[in-house]
Amino acid sequence: MSRLGRIARRTFLVGSVAIAGGVAFGIWQARRPVANPLRPADGEVTLNPYVLIDASGVTVIAPRAEMGQGIHSTLAALVAEEMDLDWPAVRVLHGPPARAYFNGALLGPGVPVNAERGVLHDTRQAAADLAPRALGLQITGGSTSLVDAFDKMRRAGAAARETLMAAAAARAGVDIARLRTEGGAVVTPEGLRLRYEDLAQDAAAIEPPRAPRLKPPSEWRLLGRSLPRTDIPSKVTGTAQFAGDVRLPDMLYATVRLSPRLGAAMRSIDMAEALAVPGVERIVEFEDGFGVIARDTWTAMRAADLVRAEWDRAPYPPQTDAIFERIALAFDSRPNSRLRNDGDAAARLTAAPPGRVFEAEYRVPYLAHSTMEPMSATAVLRDNHLEMWAGNQIPIAFRDAAARAIGLSSGDVTLHTTVMGGGFGRRAEVDVAVQAARLAASVPGRPVCMTWTREEDMTHDFYRPGAIARARAVVGPDGPEAVVLRIAAPSVSRQGARRLMGFAPPGPDHMLVEGAHDQPYRIPDFLVSGHIADVAVPVGYWRSVGYSHNGFFHECLMDELAREAGLDPVEMRLRLIDDAPSRGVIEAVADMSGWGADRPSGTGRGFAFTRSFGAPMAQVVELAETGAGLRITRAWAAVDVGLAIDPGNVEAQVISGMIYGLSAAVMGEITFADGMVEQHNFPDYDALRMDNAPEIAVRILETMPELAGIGEPGTPPAMPALANALYDLTGERVRELPLNRRFAFA
Amino acid sequence: MLELTVNGQAHVVEADPEMPLLWVLRDHLGLTGTKYGCGVAACGACTVLVGGEAVRSCTLPAGDVRDAVTTIEGHGNPEALSALQAAWIEHQVAQCGYCQPGQIMQAASLLADNPAPSDEEIDTAMRGNLCRCGTYQRVRTAIRAAAGEMREARL
Repeated sequence: MSRLGRIARRTFLVGSVAIAGGVAFGIWQARRPVANPLRPADGEVTLNPYVLIDASGVTVIAPRAEMGQGIHSTLAALVAEEMDLDWPAVRVLHGPPARAYFNGALLGPGVPVNAERGVLHDTRQAAADLAPRALGLQITGGSTSLVDAFDKMRRAGAAARETLMAAAAARAGVDIARLRTEGGAVVTPEGLRLRYEDLAQDAAAIEPPRAPRLKPPSEWRLLGRSLPRTDIPSKVTGTAQFAGDVRLPDMLYATVRLSPRLGAAMRSIDMAEALAVPGVERIVEFEDGFGVIARDTWTAMRAADLVRAEWDRAPYPPQTDAIFERIALAFDSRPNSRLRNDGDAAARLTAAPPGRVFEAEYRVPYLAHSTMEPMSATAVLRDNHLEMWAGNQIPIAFRDAAARAIGLSSGDVTLHTTVMGGGFGRRAEVDVAVQAARLAASVPGRPVCMTWTREEDMTHDFYRPGAIARARAVVGPDGPEAVVLRIAAPSVSRQGARRLMGFAPPGPDHMLVEGAHDQPYRIPDFLVSGHIADVAVPVGYWRSVGYSHNGFFHECLMDELAREAGLDPVEMRLRLIDDAPSRGVIEAVADMSGWGADRPSGTGRGFAFTRSFGAPMAQVVELAETGAGLRITRAWAAVDVGLAIDPGNVEAQVISGMIYGLSAAVMGEITFADGMVEQHNFPDYDALRMDNAPEIAVRILETMPELAGIGEPGTPPAMPALANALYDLTGERVRELPLNRRFAFA
Repeated sequence: MLELTVNGQAHVVEADPEMPLLWVLRDHLGLTGTKYGCGVAACGACTVLVGGEAVRSCTLPAGDVRDAVTTIEGHGNPEALSALQAAWIEHQVAQCGYCQPGQIMQAASLLADNPAPSDEEIDTAMRGNLCRCGTYQRVRTAIRAAAGEMREARL
């Protein structure tokens, strides 16, 4: 094991022990002040890791990846609310990679929306904070950003405000109780405005309060309202700077080619012809590929086509069919988990007469993230210091990977996390950091802007794994009475942990079965087992991760069992689900869509419900037969997020997640031949477009006692809702995605 | 040697005439608002106007460009927003934002030809512009709103 791996393992074990037993330690650890990673320049003052003040106003540090989900604006609003800033004046930066920005919600429970928090919750939260903190996990993912930040960043804003008020009280000689704040200034009883910019130096010298007063929701001016996102003006004028948009003097441009068989080594390389192309500067060899550096991106891409390389065999079965055979083999192995095991489902099924046992197998394919912006990064090595610009969801690991790749220490790398042209989990990997660092190191002093081709991006992803589910069930008059649902897939969490930490923690893999074992259905005898398949195709975190396949399996199965029982699918859910917020969204979507009413002829409707990342979500999808094929015409979604901090953005994320899921369900599929991915570009791996995307209506409910994130929950139910609509329309039950294998879509 | 007029400015660029306009704009002229998405004219992220027509700059050899080029930077800027850009902000269209310059340039071409497009005409004109964040609904709303604004401005 590498040195880093050993350290990570030790740290992780400390964390695990503390989580398991050490609540007191957890409290101590979580309350210990974090070091402020901000290094203010001349004329700047920082009051805590989230607040930077200079002569022109306040900048909020929003230390999560802005990949389209609007998190920079929502996080900035938490601070702006408590500091009483004018929203249009608020500036937002991602900030540096730093342990101070650990994501405590990754392992933790949700945050109560009630501002009054009990001791019990504090200890749970503190314990949950511990492992990510010990590991320095600054991660954007798992729909956790807001849940993690809701208290932390409001407290940071409130504490900053109180120190600014104390500074103003001292300066004006007024009792602090008589001061108020408004529009980025402290206001005295006489109406004198002391701007935060002018108080910041004094405020920085004042010890911040340990328990600042948070505004009750009744005093909120920004939170709970749809705010204009701070990043949109730059994104509609072409001035937003993505990683590939950095332009520096003496810049070179690069692209990479990696083994077309994922993970296979490069056996030989002949670069003579490529090096002869005018404008080619250098070709850098990697173990599994090469990078071409040239005077512009086009020259680099063209020259890369001229490099002749031979590649080893793939470390996995070379054809899709053989990969799925390997996945199916996992059903013969001992299950990795039985996280749902109510009653004795196996016995009930064995005892049932053979004709009464329902059986079905479902399959979903490998999927690419297919972000709009292909992988890219810009880097320059000067005097043994690497400066890098890259979109990424894991800045600390990303920076450290870049440093390691060229023998630097982490302190010798400055990483600027740029806005990103989509992430969806793809940018939670460090492959790009390693390549950009090595390219930059080959031409010291010269900046290198690296852009992958779309083809490289499509064929070198960390894919959503293919997965198979086998279900057996006995149905009674109220729906399922006994269900055994077995799920087999390669393990995203184990592969991901190995890449990040060098080892995979043992134990049940929750991600493998999330969306199946954790749904609020009351089925008397219910077993969900997870079986880890041994396939070395790189797999990763694809928007909603395990929910993306299990939502499909579980909700297609429930639709089938409703039909078996002769029940309406919505009615059956309401009989099986007691959880009030879940019932609320089911009833809401039925109401919105006019579920019980007559369908227009030539249309079908499907329903699905998934509770993911804390958010119960119910959806109805409408499908119509047109002369040219099937068309998804309309869709409805109802979701409960506890508290909608920015309702306009919640709506945008629900729709976004649904289009992402529907695109995959209709046409998303990565296949393999001779060990190579067969889809290369959008014509082979397309998505819904404006003319075939449905009009979607969203209703947001706020009855849950805890906050839920919203970047992912829109995706899982969209896929089964569509497949269930297909059955409703055609009478054919399709248990495999994508649906366009069997039906033409218009 | 290539001679190009971009956003009203004449440029002489030392580059292969086969090089797609996209890379001349991005790497030689530093106009990075126009994005690379696919290189095969399948996603629309690289859309610019050439002689007022929307074209995919990723497959158009720069040597074949005779007419004036307008990129997102020439279409409007943060201090002087176009009607489309203002509508995009008003309706909070962008998410990751990577496809949006291309969407806006495509919409600009549509509204120049057809000041009052129907929803179906909008869909047809915009179907070449992929958005992986799925912002289509708000794109359509913003185009309708901008079309209305522009018609009013002309009266």
